[in-house]
Amino acid sequence: MTMQAPAPDRDGRPTAPLNARLIDPGTGLDVTGGVLIADGKIVDFGPGVTAASVGDAQMIECGGHVLAPGLIDMLVFSGEPGHEHRETLSTTSRAAAAGGVTTIICMPNTEPVIDDVALVDFIMRRARDTAQVNVHPMAAMTKGLLSEEMAEIGLLRDAGAIAFTNGKTSLADAKMMRNVLAYSKDFGALIIHHLEEPTLAQNGVMNEGEVATRLGLPGIPREAETIMLERDLRLAELTRGRYHAGQISCRGSLDIIRAAKGRGLPVTCGVSINHLTLNENDIGPYRTFFKMRPPLRSEDDRRAMVEGIASGDIDVIVSAHDPQDADGKRRPFAEAADGAIGVETLLSAALRLYHDGSVGLVTLLRVLTANPANLLDLPSGRLAKGAPADLVLIDLDTPFVVNPELLRTRSKNTPFDEARLQGRALLTLVAGRTVYNYADQHGN
Amino acid sequence: MSIAAEATEFSFPHRHLLGIEGLSHDEIVGLLDFAEQASSVSRQVAKKRDDLRGRTLINLFFESSTRTQSSFELAGKRLGADVMNMSTRTSSMSKGETLIDTAVTLNAMRPDLLVVRHHAAGAVELLAQKVDCSVINAGDGSHEHPTQALLDALTIRRHKGRIVGLIVAICGDILHSRVARSNIFLLNTLGARVRVIAPSTLLASGIARLGVEVYSSMREGLKGADIVMMLRLQRERMSSNLVPSQREYFHFFGLDHDKLSCAKPDALIMHPGPMNRGVEIDSSVADDQRSVIREQVEMGVAVRMAVLQALARHLPNH
Repeated sequence: MTMQAPAPDRDGRPTAPLNARLIDPGTGLDVTGGVLIADGKIVDFGPGVTAASVGDAQMIECGGHVLAPGLIDMLVFSGEPGHEHRETLSTTSRAAAAGGVTTIICMPNTEPVIDDVALVDFIMRRARDTAQVNVHPMAAMTKGLLSEEMAEIGLLRDAGAIAFTNGKTSLADAKMMRNVLAYSKDFGALIIHHLEEPTLAQNGVMNEGEVATRLGLPGIPREAETIMLERDLRLAELTRGRYHAGQISCRGSLDIIRAAKGRGLPVTCGVSINHLTLNENDIGPYRTFFKMRPPLRSEDDRRAMVEGIASGDIDVIVSAHDPQDADGKRRPFAEAADGAIGVETLLSAALRLYHDGSVGLVTLLRVLTANPANLLDLPSGRLAKGAPADLVLIDLDTPFVVNPELLRTRSKNTPFDEARLQGRALLTLVAGRTVYNYADQHGN
Repeated sequence: MSIAAEATEFSFPHRHLLGIEGLSHDEIVGLLDFAEQASSVSRQVAKKRDDLRGRTLINLFFESSTRTQSSFELAGKRLGADVMNMSTRTSSMSKGETLIDTAVTLNAMRPDLLVVRHHAAGAVELLAQKVDCSVINAGDGSHEHPTQALLDALTIRRHKGRIVGLIVAICGDILHSRVARSNIFLLNTLGARVRVIAPSTLLASGIARLGVEVYSSMREGLKGADIVMMLRLQRERMSSNLVPSQREYFHFFGLDHDKLSCAKPDALIMHPGPMNRGVEIDSSVADDQRSVIREQVEMGVAVRMAVLQALARHLPNH
């Protein structure tokens, strides 16, 4: 590593990463150049930003590596409050920083559930005091996530809730979903929904099909997802509310989204990194680290998800980072907890799609930066004058093996245990401040 | 004295018996041959052998069972092992101890053989990863019940002289049945033609990919069958609306003389027990001279003796 260790800009001195391959996924910019950062914001960027042009700024030699907006991860479960033994905002944010993620959107299914103005405020203050990256809370769209009463969407929105969700469950009551979508529209609030028709998914623990049958495990049919998605899209069409399908997992859902976008519906969807890089066969002999909701599907479904990213039909990639302790996972498969950590490996795992030629680099970075920023009305996720200097320097090529013990998350339930990945974050800046430096961590 | 001097050549190259899937043709045939020898022991006056003398066998049943548990107990005792039975009611599992903690605790008692039944698929495999002894799966959820498939195969072979080429119809609740899965894997490996017959609500998704022909009519599916293997229908299948009523189920899927007449005249009637007479099988059919249900129980002891002994050969100091 030839990179110099950058100094924090505590002294107010500007910083300038130079000689980078600058990529702004939103505009498609891909040039060699530098960025000039002052007061936490991007002052200038492009080929003209060089050692000669940046005056007395603290220079960072990027060595031709990719410099892009920091990643925005729209689906992160943190354990705080209530499950700090699994993960805190602090540990999640350190993991995020190490993975090149500069903004995380936290799910509200904590204990207590984030369904009250004071709790939104709590998360924001805890994040300000303890987190190394930007943290925005999502709030529950129903009180207590119980699907019984609508939460105070307007007040929560004003307090800083960036979006609304029903957590890990679908709101089964169609009339209530209609009301939530219609009501939230008045506040411009985005509804992010989990897709799982509860009666069809009942008792299911993995994708329905041959693999589940061989393992003797009850399956979750794809239709549990597609039926809920179809319903939601009809309700979004009816109400014109802002709707985002949190995670899709199967080809059928991609077809549905494509058709809806084709008729001009302003709906969007996400997919988890797991559903882009793994499939149900990875479960093998009941490996519970691969147990998640939606479940890992077939290889054909995985390919469909990758196609959806390449074609632009799927808008964002999320980590669906969901820390679970060993007690929750060291159980018979059907009784084990759902979820996998992923915020720290998100970028490296996503680069698999670039390395195998299925998704171009700019497209891949777009669904990790500009698209979520646009969906959430964030000023970051782009290289633009005046935008927050949330940046990641990426080594695209160096291979490594994932060692769970080295991950910064408190819980170690990674499905990429021992996986061979290629490419990683070298340097992560949040508002111009260095929050992660690979060279510092690895002593060279 | 060993139960089968001539079978000593047979070596079973696995530490555990967790399922049939993955066993080779020769391994299965070896176990069956071994069990064939063992079956004669039970018919002698002096049934006690000393093959497993000094060994400790623990029966760990998280799900109630009469026949499988007593069959393993007898098999162990006839081979001279010390046998201990543990059920969930008496174990600390009922006090909230996790499966892995239970495994670690039991392991510290240094058993040689652990026979486990659990309501969750994969639980026995999970437990096997945490102990030093040999583990035998006595049924894990809807996954596998390997000794049942072995005893079924032994029973069939004793009557038909072979497995290869036979048409075996497995009828009933395929969806929830570990017996069906283990039998499908075993019979396919030994070259039988396997059919499954069930209402579509009781068929597992993708079952045809396991190499079976799928029927939803008993008369069609039983046509030309050499073996009719019935499965138990649990009452909760009615309450969860998989079938409308016991009466309707028996009408379409219960084995009576009329449906049985579609099978070959010398077809064997099998059932893993316990039977629900009048639900999946007509009482007189169960007692028909072609019924080998009682012999299945007898072969169960022989198969379990063979399995225990085959695995014990890998134990240290042997």
